[in-house]
Amino acid sequence: MKSKKTALYGLLVALAFILSYIETLIPFPLMPGIKLGLANLVVITALYGMGWKEAFVLSLIRILLVGFTFGNLSTMLYSLAGGLLSWLMMVLAKKIKWFSMVGVSIIGGISHNIGQIIVAILTVSNVYLITYLPLLLITGVITGALIGFLGALIVKRIKRLF
Amino acid sequence: MLKKNDLILIIGIVVLGVGALLAIHFSKESGSKVRVTLKQEELKTFKLEEDTIYTVEGENGAWNTFEIKDGYVNMIDASCPDKLCVAQKGIHYDHETIVCLPNQVVLEIIGGEENEVDSVAN
Repeated sequence: MKSKKTALYGLLVALAFILSYIETLIPFPLMPGIKLGLANLVVITALYGMGWKEAFVLSLIRILLVGFTFGNLSTMLYSLAGGLLSWLMMVLAKKIKWFSMVGVSIIGGISHNIGQIIVAILTVSNVYLITYLPLLLITGVITGALIGFLGALIVKRIKRLF
Repeated sequence: MLKKNDLILIIGIVVLGVGALLAIHFSKESGSKVRVTLKQEELKTFKLEEDTIYTVEGENGAWNTFEIKDGYVNMIDASCPDKLCVAQKGIHYDHETIVCLPNQVVLEIIGGEENEVDSVAN
């Protein structure tokens, strides 16, 4: 049982890593911060299929790996702020049982944006960066819903894996 | 698959977002200057009415080049890896910003009406 879990971890970390890389290849020229959140597909699938601890470990390993491979210390700080706030809010949103996986994913998506905006405001100490948030909220709803739908489809099909 | 609460959430956030966008849109006024900040320190201020091209040079060879043309400020090239600052559209209205997070460079439009008094006093 234990080796199966280790193998699954490895598989999901690799998948999240590749999805993060693919994400960097898709530009959204409208505004910085807009993204699909493909890697969150893995985190939310783990959250529903495995548990909140597993989702946390996956998210953290992914952020560290991607940070060391494609980014630097400053980009890792943004990923951490977005990723951890997103994970926390998704765990809470799942716990209260108000929303389906789509709603939980949306909350994860916009929390990611909010976490990054907070770090950005602190880094450059310019509070007017908050004006980026409204558009990020709207796009976060769309991409978050998309990832949630996909996640629900995946969880339904590979439940026996977990 | 979709619950009623999901829809309430979606509508709530979209209404909030669109409302905030409209509020920003209708409250914006033209600025007169652009303030350049590097690592939280103000470097220089340029007038929007004078067309120019300027390069901000940071540590370890980091640089950002922006252009002021026809009252709009645009980042035209930069050394950062993601170039998100270059992708952003030009800014012209008070408090609009172009931010390069990797290089910590901020271009911010200032000098809307309430700041006119300051410039006269100076």
